Amino acid sequence: MHEAGEVNIPFGPQHPALKEPESFLISLRGEKITAMSVRLGYNHRGIEKACEERTYTQDLYLVERICGICSHSHSTCFVQAVEEIVGIELPARAKYIRTLIGELERIHSHLLWLGVAGHEIGFDTLLMYTWRDREVVMDLLAKLTGNRVNYGINSIGGVRRDISPAQKEETLRAMDLLQERTKYYISLAKDETTLIKRLSGVGVLSNEDAKRLGAVGPTGRASGLKRDVRKDDPYAAYAELDFKVVTSNECDVYGRTLVRLGELMQSYSMVRQVIEKIPDGPIAVKVPRKIPAGEAVSRYEAPRGEDFHYVRSNGTEKPDRVKVRAPTLANIQVVSKMLENRYLADMPIVVAAIDPCFSCTDRLIAVYDSGKKAKNTLVWESLRIKGIKWYKKQGVDFAPLNKKLTQLL
Amino acid sequence: MLKALFHILIFPGFLFLFIFGLVAEYVDRKLYARFQNRVGPPWFQPLADFIKLATKEEIIPEEADAAVFKLIPLCALTATITAMLYIPVWSATAVFHFNGDIIVVLYLLTIPTLCYFLGGWYSRSVYSMIGAIRSLTQLFAYEVPFFLCILAPALLADTWSISEMVVFYNKHLGYWFCNLLGFAVAIISLLGKLEKVPFDIPEAETEIVAGPFTEYGGRFLAFLKMTLNIEMVVGASLLAAVFLPFGLNLKPAALFVFYLIQVFFIIALISFLRTIFARLRLDQMINFCWKYLAPLAFLQVLINLILKIMLPR
Repeated sequence: MHEAGEVNIPFGPQHPALKEPESFLISLRGEKITAMSVRLGYNHRGIEKACEERTYTQDLYLVERICGICSHSHSTCFVQAVEEIVGIELPARAKYIRTLIGELERIHSHLLWLGVAGHEIGFDTLLMYTWRDREVVMDLLAKLTGNRVNYGINSIGGVRRDISPAQKEETLRAMDLLQERTKYYISLAKDETTLIKRLSGVGVLSNEDAKRLGAVGPTGRASGLKRDVRKDDPYAAYAELDFKVVTSNECDVYGRTLVRLGELMQSYSMVRQVIEKIPDGPIAVKVPRKIPAGEAVSRYEAPRGEDFHYVRSNGTEKPDRVKVRAPTLANIQVVSKMLENRYLADMPIVVAAIDPCFSCTDRLIAVYDSGKKAKNTLVWESLRIKGIKWYKKQGVDFAPLNKKLTQLL
Repeated sequence: MLKALFHILIFPGFLFLFIFGLVAEYVDRKLYARFQNRVGPPWFQPLADFIKLATKEEIIPEEADAAVFKLIPLCALTATITAMLYIPVWSATAVFHFNGDIIVVLYLLTIPTLCYFLGGWYSRSVYSMIGAIRSLTQLFAYEVPFFLCILAPALLADTWSISEMVVFYNKHLGYWFCNLLGFAVAIISLLGKLEKVPFDIPEAETEIVAGPFTEYGGRFLAFLKMTLNIEMVVGASLLAAVFLPFGLNLKPAALFVFYLIQVFFIIALISFLRTIFARLRLDQMINFCWKYLAPLAFLQVLINLILKIMLPR
């Protein structure tokens, strides 16, 4: 990787541009990126395994903590799979409330992204403005659910909180304000020269590449892929709402910005429709603690793209297997494609443009030995022996210490 | 001798510039914050930052050249303070002046950038080195328009001394109007010199951490930050002297207040400009400087050459 005239720059695991630990190693020739490698795995928390050791209700809250931004996405996706296994029909009001929170979450996530994008290209004013406006929707979520993030609104078989007429009105007022502000950001994105200069033509991902590499969410839609789970495979109340799938043929970071801004406008309209159409009735149905044996797959359009949960139950009150495929895992591959022959200065914004959430993405890493074509999985004991040997090679011997310890015990 | 020491150490040298630099940083940060709809720091924040940094542990990277690493902040600071001695601000004449001091001031104002380059280069960290190369590359882009548009008013005044320039423009009050184009170019190039948005490419936080200053900490960083503040004050004073040369007939105290107003006006302009732009890429910045700024500065020189023949002296 290292040639004459090239420098390797570690971009992470600790770096001001990254909000979460993730490692990108870039080779630079002057200001140009010649090669890049991504390494995941700094943020692995073993949530999938932990889910198998907890009851479904506990899992609901654990799964909600996979991501700090799209927490409702993960919990809804999980709960949908469980409800499918049980085979219950959700009350209509619960569906609408889930949709409402889902769209408010999208608004807060996209506003957050806009600010982060501004910061990555050195436009801090945009960051301050959008995050100030984001407070409106965060406060609204706090009033509706009790929390600014990790709303905990879902329960298996419905939702936990109802929405009052006063809250409906407050939501509508907030939407008016946010719509006004978003219109201003759209005009800003269309007029501000330095913004366009930094975003346009950067991080290009052609339609074919987007399809081939499986880009999801706004990243795919900005490359002309008209894919949106809300439209293709409607869940919750989306089948009854009228909205457009926003796409763009710009194929670059600028296109991704426009798509997200367009989605914000769609979300405002969806929230208004939900408030208008929401039917009366119960908000939850009772579900037994023990879930019958079965398996289900659930899809959800998170703010960052398609979220995917697989749940298999074995008839007890704990799931047999939970598998999560967060949208960032689908999008992270396209980053190296987008950065081919680009400048170092484009690196932060291109990475940020997929709206990465690394904590969602990190999984257990199995090492494949390419020579033997065999999976080389290290169990705890062999990892320990390997560690001791490695340290011995470095001149650190743990044997006497170990003896002392066993004597003491 | 004593008088010279007073000028260098107290007024308008080190102590005055130190305090003025802190005030300037406060004004800049507060305005920037207010433009961005934030509250901004309290008035003593710059001083508190300085004291905090000065009391911190000094860490010199193992691979760095310790002597250069330590010397660089001092060199940069000295050069900036020296430049101030040649700029007339609250009187017709500067503390020291001779025919040709304009070149000296421009030269002295280039030294800090070279110091950042050397400091970054000898830190031997990849971020510092890339930042160092960026700051040097950027230097070649903004320095030419900056020099040209400072020299244009001098051409019209037919002198190489800033002090004499001020006297000339006070005699012919209407003439400063001819240099407005140069003033605009100078402000934009000054943004590059001070490494502020949209030209903060050498210390782009989200790309290369803090650029040349990445490895600096403690007292050294405190002095580097101070240099940047003082550079802002000196740069603004230079522009005030060259492009806003009025009010010599005022009383000394009033003239001093007037000078402060001029400097804060220029600092406010800088804060405003850095609020409304995103950071450019290095190639875009160089393109912009050579495509637009340099030709405009040349145009200013051309205008002044023609005016010099046409206008009465």
